[in-house]
Parts: sequence; structure tokens; C-alpha cells
Amino acid sequence: MASTGMKQGTNGWEPRIVAFFCNWCTYTAADLAGVSRLRHAPNARVIRVMCSGRLDPQFVLDAFARGADGVLVGGCHPGDCHYMEGNYKALRRVRLLQRMMKDMGIHEDRFRLEWISASEGEKVKTTINTMTERVRALGPLGLPERFAEWDEEMDGLAHAIAAQEEAVHA
Amino acid sequence: MPETNGHDAPRVGFYVCHCGHNIAGIVDVAEVARFAGTLPNVIVARDYKYMCSDPGQELIITDIREHRLNRIVVASCSPLLHEHTFRVATEKGGLNPFYFQMVNIREDVSWVTENHDAATHKALDLVRAAVRRVAHHRSLATKHVRIHPDVLVVGAGISGIHAALTLANAGKKVTLVEREPTIGGHMAMFDKTFPTLDCAACILTPKMSAVKNHPNITLWSYSEVSEVSGYVGSYTVKVKRKPRFVSEELCVGCMECIDACVYKEGKTPDEFNQGLSKRKPVYIPFPQATPQVVLIDPDTCIEFKSGRCKKTCVEKCDRNAIDFKQKEEIKEIQVGTIILATGFKTFDPKRIPYYGYGKYPNVYSSLEVERLVNASGPTGGDLVLRDGRHPKTVGIIHCVGSRDRNTNRWCSRTCCMYSLKLAHLLKEHSEAEVYNFYIDIRAAGKAYEEFYDKLLEENIHFIRGRVAEVTDWSARPEEEGKMIIRVEDTLIGVVRRVPVDMVVLAVGMEPQADSQDVRRMFNISCSTEGFFLERHPKLAPVDTFTDGIFIAGACQGPKDIPDSVAQAGAAAAQALSLIDAGEVELEPNTAYVVEESCSGCKSCLNICPYTAITRDETRQKAFINEALCKGCGTCVATCPSGAIRQNLFEDEQIFSEIEGLLQEKESVLTGGGAWRAPA
Amino acid sequence: MPEKPKVAFYWCASCGGCEESVVDLAEEILGVVNAVDIVFWPVAMDFKKQDVEAISDGGILVSLINGAVRTSEQEEMAKLLRRKSALVVAYGSCAHMGGIPGLANQFDREQILRYVYEESPSTINELHTRPQTASPEGGHTLTLPEFRSMVRTLDQVIPVDYYLPGCPPVPRMLKAALDTLLSGNLPPKGTVLGPDTAMCEECPRKESKPADLAYTAFRRPHEVIIQPETCLLAQGVICMGPATRGGCGAQCVTGNMPCSGCFGPTSRVMDQGAKILSAIASSLSAKETEGIDRTLATIPDPVGTFYRYGLPGSLLRRKIADHN
Repeated sequence: MASTGMKQGTNGWEPRIVAFFCNWCTYTAADLAGVSRLRHAPNARVIRVMCSGRLDPQFVLDAFARGADGVLVGGCHPGDCHYMEGNYKALRRVRLLQRMMKDMGIHEDRFRLEWISASEGEKVKTTINTMTERVRALGPLGLPERFAEWDEEMDGLAHAIAAQEEAVHA
Repeated sequence: MPETNGHDAPRVGFYVCHCGHNIAGIVDVAEVARFAGTLPNVIVARDYKYMCSDPGQELIITDIREHRLNRIVVASCSPLLHEHTFRVATEKGGLNPFYFQMVNIREDVSWVTENHDAATHKALDLVRAAVRRVAHHRSLATKHVRIHPDVLVVGAGISGIHAALTLANAGKKVTLVEREPTIGGHMAMFDKTFPTLDCAACILTPKMSAVKNHPNITLWSYSEVSEVSGYVGSYTVKVKRKPRFVSEELCVGCMECIDACVYKEGKTPDEFNQGLSKRKPVYIPFPQATPQVVLIDPDTCIEFKSGRCKKTCVEKCDRNAIDFKQKEEIKEIQVGTIILATGFKTFDPKRIPYYGYGKYPNVYSSLEVERLVNASGPTGGDLVLRDGRHPKTVGIIHCVGSRDRNTNRWCSRTCCMYSLKLAHLLKEHSEAEVYNFYIDIRAAGKAYEEFYDKLLEENIHFIRGRVAEVTDWSARPEEEGKMIIRVEDTLIGVVRRVPVDMVVLAVGMEPQADSQDVRRMFNISCSTEGFFLERHPKLAPVDTFTDGIFIAGACQGPKDIPDSVAQAGAAAAQALSLIDAGEVELEPNTAYVVEESCSGCKSCLNICPYTAITRDETRQKAFINEALCKGCGTCVATCPSGAIRQNLFEDEQIFSEIEGLLQEKESVLTGGGAWRAPA
Repeated sequence: MPEKPKVAFYWCASCGGCEESVVDLAEEILGVVNAVDIVFWPVAMDFKKQDVEAISDGGILVSLINGAVRTSEQEEMAKLLRRKSALVVAYGSCAHMGGIPGLANQFDREQILRYVYEESPSTINELHTRPQTASPEGGHTLTLPEFRSMVRTLDQVIPVDYYLPGCPPVPRMLKAALDTLLSGNLPPKGTVLGPDTAMCEECPRKESKPADLAYTAFRRPHEVIIQPETCLLAQGVICMGPATRGGCGAQCVTGNMPCSGCFGPTSRVMDQGAKILSAIASSLSAKETEGIDRTLATIPDPVGTFYRYGLPGSLLRRKIADHN
């Protein structure tokens, strides 16, 4: 498949990254990055969940299906989960999901899990920056555009049917 | 519970905060308000200078009444800061407080974004997501839990002692747990305290004995917390009581057993005296130790090693207090709140080999010098060096293990002042010439600068420069037999060699070696360097991210005695305010099983670490005990048929957030299946 | 005598099993035939496309269409039936979610054509001939339907009113669905006509499942002698039951094979594969990446396992070429 599914050129395109951050470690670290004025790429959009264990693989797939170019998950370091073991469950799901997504052709750099503790504001900055750059290098994923483009193959038929109808009724 | 028309069509009030220039300086707030006004369901959209102020909150309250709003969205700072504020305003307007959603456009946008357009763009996406999300919010009842009035204080240095006494004086029952055989911590080792030069023992020992005698305090020394479970208001704590091999109830601290020991002289380096003296296998850390109970060190006691000691100690004790068969005990207690005051450790100067600690006998750490100049110390306060000489010149090297990229980057805050204090005491004890080698003198504190001024008049020498090395390689006759401190005197731009008889290394303060284990046990966070992390550096300096657990003293970061005591008082006050309120509100973010949707497949049962999920065996359905659920949502993500839901984090809410974030570019999704959850 | 409601059956990309399931109504089918007027059923009766075209728009009460949509002809028939029918039911897994043919969405069109017409071991095609949508022959133009770039669910091609799940649907559910639709007492549009709890609820082995599975390895059905009374997941065999809508009566499990998910997810779940993946991964024993990966390596084909019937209808729909 040569087509990237993108209608518009990549000029002016900015990667869009949906980030799921756990309340106790990574979201707090993102706040710390803010308080410390650690400026970073404006491409991540954070959704706060209480624990990375709340991460339903459907959220990740839905984000991609709705146009995300990357998905980032942030949780507490192993052993540090505010809820004891939620991050292990997240890790297990993410490993399987990553394999599944790779089989579906999505580049592994588009989906990342990072352990970021409440004190690692700096890591929030570098993680978002490096992820933005990697996704930028990959270009748009653009699933909604691809869906629309794929479905265009049905338009020809729709037009033909319409024309036929018109001929019958004329 | 004020209940409103949550089932009616959403009528959203939207507010964006300028936060002075904090947000408005980067984000185009007028555009954000205009944009929000175009979104579905938004009835009112405003921008205002300070939404958290009274007039800001009043805007929300008035609008709810005048425009019959039933959902509120505020775009301002982090929800961790002001979510509660705006929920209260929402409630005051007559709505259930959970019909509120917050958008973080300060910490997450204006403070981390340079480009105005990018910041505004990001804010718009986040606002769109929140407006979509709030439509799916539901009315929820706040959970309340009772606060057990008893308190656990961990660590009995000055911070823990002060916190325990404050609580006990307020009539609360306190269990004070200390790892060492005696309470008192580092302060008990000090000679005098800066800047007042009052004797540490004179101000500390009365507090120590007050702890021992207080009817509301249970003191468990030589004990460690081994397990913590539960949540705010109801913690179950297991404490390991290490065996002293001496009954605490029977021993009166007469110390005759120590004299009677078959060892005539001590052979083991004395921990309390920093190894500057030796102690026997049966010992008491120091004469004013609290509790006044001796202990036996099984590693060096002959009876433990061979079983063939004459046990002269046992013969001597007329109270039969010695018990070689004593076993470790695990005690379990219930408390509602916990204060951690586990203190610090001093930097190990061996990590900087070019300062010669451990190589040259007359290089001392500052803590050793505290003991050396102490009247109750190993030399009775006589400043005699390891080689038996009395020093004529002393060099104090500042910032050892502080402000140093190779070791610790932070300032330990106390070393300047205690170095000045030691300079004064060394001079007083020996009439020696005392040199201070410093980077900066940090004397910020009440009467601290004045103390520095006083020392300048006492003919103490100050050389500004980081010391390059301490060496015994003499280059001139007057350097023979001395240690030479090589340093660039940055005030005159000259490299100097200062020969001295004694070197004092002003070691910095570090997190305790086991601080990571401790914070895991108590489920709190550490900052990068390993000190316990406060909930907010300014507004919640003694709170942690775990409700009901507070921190005080140097476990949170280097600090001196006045600051430690102030923090201990603050931590005690925080605990008291919880206890006296009697109950605490919990986020109602618990998970629940929709019974008719549950197939009883058991996928969730082992997912919950709190065993909140059980299976009703007659109905063959899962059931979540709300009291045990802590609201992580892991089971919700696990449930393969979508039968578990989580209040405040419903699937629909998160899906609508995702949709809102990405809506801007979304094209028509054809088909997609009827089994798509209704959004 | 009032006119009987008109009913149509059609098949797109399917195996014929759905048609069989209609016949499997057995004597009940007589009741159905009495109650309705079957106006179109290519597999069983000789009607032509023109017969359908002759029916007024909306004149058919209900069309039950099975099979996924892969070709332009299937699209055309689906669109025609949509126009002529008051109600359209996506009948069976393929129409519902893409079904087994939907697994072809792991390959692109060119890969499939090349393999089938050139590379497969049984093919000799030295001229590399491929089917053409139009080819001149003796002064005429012969046409073939176009092979589309991907497999689609029925509702990705036309609006669908109801779904009858299963590979194939069970006759009991078909009978109940027909009764409902003929009664005029219609459920909300988009309803899947079946129970809305997972299959485990009706599984005879449910009680044998331990609470704590702590998987260290998975096994495929041919790698293990499956114990006839113990939960398959407890035997390390991936069973889609917990993530699959019930209603089948646990047929596969009763036949000593794991559920492979043909009924699709419950109404509360968007992506069946994602959900079973989440449930199974959560219960792994390992806690560190290496051990986790070692256990997961025993699932050789996650897409084929978790999306056996649902790939086109899943959130990602098909394999993509992400970057060039």
C-alpha cells in the first residue's frame, strides 16, 4: 500500500498525541513540570486517570481510530503504584497491545508506556519531546482520513446506481 | 444532597481563568471563551481574571441559578489544586458537585508552552474534551469515613518527639516508634545548638522524658514498622519490636550490669559516639537515653556466641531484668493518621577520597566533632585528637556532599550554621586557630547573620573557595607533620596551602538509606534525591499524596531544628484537624458491578489488590465492596464484558474526552458497528 | 386475506452456514413460510435481481443479509435491498463484524490477488492473468464484480437496523428475532438481538474456573488434551467466552473446544479483541517485561486469536502501511 491515506500534505501538520497519565505519579509530575516551567512540545493532550491500571486497551485503539498520531501512557514506577499493582496490569496489557498493533501495521513508536514518578517533571518534558519527534519523523497516522479514503471506492458504485435510477425514472 | 435535573439536556456553564498573566499571558483566553460558546450544550461561556477568587466562584453560582445550568466546566489550573474549590462552588449553586469538570490550562499548557498559538490550540482541544465529558457526568454521593483518633508517629528525633507531644497534649493517643534503642535522634548527639548556643541536651532531654512519662504516648523504641495497610482514618500497622534481651518493664537503668560484664573494657565501636569510643556487649547508648533501659548486643555478647559466659550481668541484676531468650515481637495497632519523621543520614565523607577521611586520622566528620566537644562525649569534652595531640590549627571544610555535582546537588542548609557553631566551640575548647573554607555563607534565619557577624569578631578565619584536597605532603618546613589544605582563595585569586592539625568535614544531609523502602511501605512518593515528597511545596508542605499520612523534619529535606519543630507542629495540627473533624470525605471514584451485565466470569476477582471484589456464589455474580475499593479502576479496564464501571471515570466519560480531544480533524466515520458503546 | 409481510434473504461473502441455520429451523420453518412471503432467497429459490428491483422502495418488511462485503456486487445488492426494505438485519458474524473473511484485512488487495492467482502452490498462471472487471470477448464485454481493497461489515456499507450474531446464528434466536420483528413491537435501532451478558453466564464449566489464574503460558487447542469439565482458561487455552455475548448455549465449550468469539462483544464494549486482551493480559503471573513477553509469546497470533470474527468491525478495521 503506497498511499499513506493522507489527503492534505504534511505541511503544517503537527503530531497529535493522546496521553493517559495516572493521577499520583505522572499527572503530578506533569504538574511539577508546569510549576518548574519546563517548556516542552505542545503536542500531547493529557487525560487523567487514577491509575495506569484504568487503561483500557480500547482507549488506545479509539484514540488512534479518531486521529491520534501517538498514544503515551504514564504510570508509577514498578513497585511504586499508589494502588500497589495497577501499573503491572498496565504493563502486561501494553505489551500484548503493542504486539497486536504491530501486527496491524502501526509503528511501535506511536504507542509508548513510560514510568514517571511524581518528582520527575524533567522526564515528562523529555518523554513528550522525544515522542513528539519520533512521531513527527513517522508522519501522520491519519486513520480517519484513511477510513474516508478507503470508503471512497464505494462512491463510484453509488454514483453509477444513482445514474441508473435516473435513467429508469426518466 | 442537592439534586438537580441531571437527566435533562446538559446546559453547560464554561469559565476560563486568566490567572493574572499566568494563563492569559500565553493563552488567548478571550478566544477560548468564544470557542467554548460555540460548542454544543454550552449556554454561558466567560473569561475572568481569577476564577478561584470569591467573585470568580460567585459568577458560577449566579449563572447556575440565572441560566438553569446543570454542568460546569472551568479551565484554569491543575485539578489537583482547585478541583475541590470549584466543586464546592458548583454545589453552592445548587448542583451536585460532581457535575463539574476541570481543564488544566496552566500547569499543562501556559506554563509549559512557549508559542501562543500552540498554547491556545491545545487549550481549545482540552476544553472541547471537557465539555463533551461533562455531559456524561452523574450525580454522586460523597463518601465519608470515620477517622480513628489514634496516631502513629514514626521516628523519635526532635521532629517526631515534638509531633508526638503536641498530639498527646491535645488528648490523642500516640504510638511513637523509634528504630534505635533510644529516642532523641541526631539532636541528642549535638553539643550546643546554633545560633543561641544553648546546650542541646538541656532543651531536648526534658522533652524526651516528657515523652516517656506522657500517659497518652506509647513509646516503642528499638522497633520498626514492618507493614502498613488500610486508608485514611483506618490504618492497620504492624510494628516489629526487636529484642533487647533486657526487660523494659523490669530494668531501671542502674547500669550495674554494664559494670559487671565480663568484658572489663568495651570492644565494640560505640554507635552513639560515632565510633570514637568503645562499648561493651551490654550497654546503654548514653546516660540520658530514653527509655533508661540497657540492651545486649547478641553479635558481641559471649553468652550468645558460645553459651558459656559466666553471666555476671545476670548475677548482678537484682531485678532479673536480663532475659537471653527474649524474642522479636510483632505488634499490631490501629490508627487513623500517621506522621513520618524518619530524619536523615549524614553524607559519608569517604565518598570524597581527596579530603582524606579514613586515611588521615585527624580528619573528622562534623558529627564526630559534635561528640568530641561534648561534655558527655568520649573525651569528656577535651579536644584531643586521635593521635593524642591537641590541635593548634583547625580547618573546617564546608559543603562536603552538598552543592556538588559529583555527590549531591542540593544545599544541606544546616552546614554553614553548624560549621560556624563548631568553629566557635573548637576555639573555645582549644584556643586553636580555626579556618573556615566555604563557597558561600548561608545564614538566612532568625539571628543567624548576627551569629556570623559575632564569629567574624572572634578572629575565626574565613577563606572563600572550594577545597581541592587535603594532603600530608609537605612542601615547606612549617608544614611538616601537618595536613595541608589546598584551596584557591577566590577573594584574592591565589592558590593557598593551609597547614592544619585537624580537619573537620561539614558533611551534608541525605535521605535515610532505606527511605525508598519506607515510602513504599507507607505508599508515599519521594523527590528525585530521595527525600519524601510533600503534596504541594508551598500549600501542603507536610501533607503527602496519601491522605492521612504526614511528614515532618529532615525526612522531607534538609532542615535545622527550628524548622523541623515547626514542621512537626504543622504535621500534628494536620492530623488533629482530621481527627477532630471525626470523618473525612473521600472521592466517590469507586468501581461497581452492574449486576445484570455480569456473566460471573471471575476475570476481575484476582485483579483487586484490596480484595474488594468477591463473588456472590448464589447469584454467581461479582460484587465490589465499596468500603474496600480505593478507586484505581483496574478491574474496570479488565472486565471483558464491560460490566464494571467506575464513578467519575466511566467509559463514556473517557471515550468522550478522547473524542473531544481529536474531534477537530475527525472525518465522517462510516459504519462502525451498532455495538459501539453509546457516546 | 391481507398481504403477508415480505421477507428477503441474501448472502454476501459467507460460507453458506448462515443459510443452513435458516434451514435448521426445521419444522418451524413451515410456520415462517406461512407467516411471510419470501420474495428473495438466492440460495433456495429462483428469484432474479430484477424481481427485487420491481418491488416498491420499502416494500420488503425485513431483509436478512449475511456475509461480509468484499465486492462491488455485494455492495450493490446490499444497497438495493436497503432501499427496498423497511428493516435490514445483519445476519451472522460476517455481516455483523466481518467474520472469518474479515481476517483478510490483515493483507492488502494486491497481496491477496498475487497469492491467489500467482503464488499459491496449486496455481500455474504463466501469463500472470488476473480477473478483470471488464474484458472484451467476441465483441462483447464480460464483466466481473470489483474486488474491493478490504472486507467491510454490512453496516460499513449500508445502515443496519438490527444484528443477529453468531457463526452461524442459532435457529432459536432466529425464530425469536423473526417473531419480534413480525410483531411490530420493535426494539431500539441498532440492537443486537440476543442476550447482553457474556457467554460464561451459560457455560457449564463456569464454576470450575479458579479466581486466580496467574498465567505463565498459553496453549492452543491442538497442543493439549482438553479436560472436558474444567474451564478452558484454567487449562491455559484462550477462550473468548468472557468477552463474547452469550446466547449460543456454550456450544463450542460443550463440544470441548474454546469459544472463539463469534457472537461478538456485549453492547457495552466497542472492541471485543481489545477487551479480552485486557482481561487475559491482566492475569499474567509475570511482573517484569521479559517474563511478560515470554508468556505472551505463547500466543502466536494475537490478531487471529482475539479478532477471529471481528477485524473489519474493530476500531482499527484493517492492517495499514504506517510509514514509507
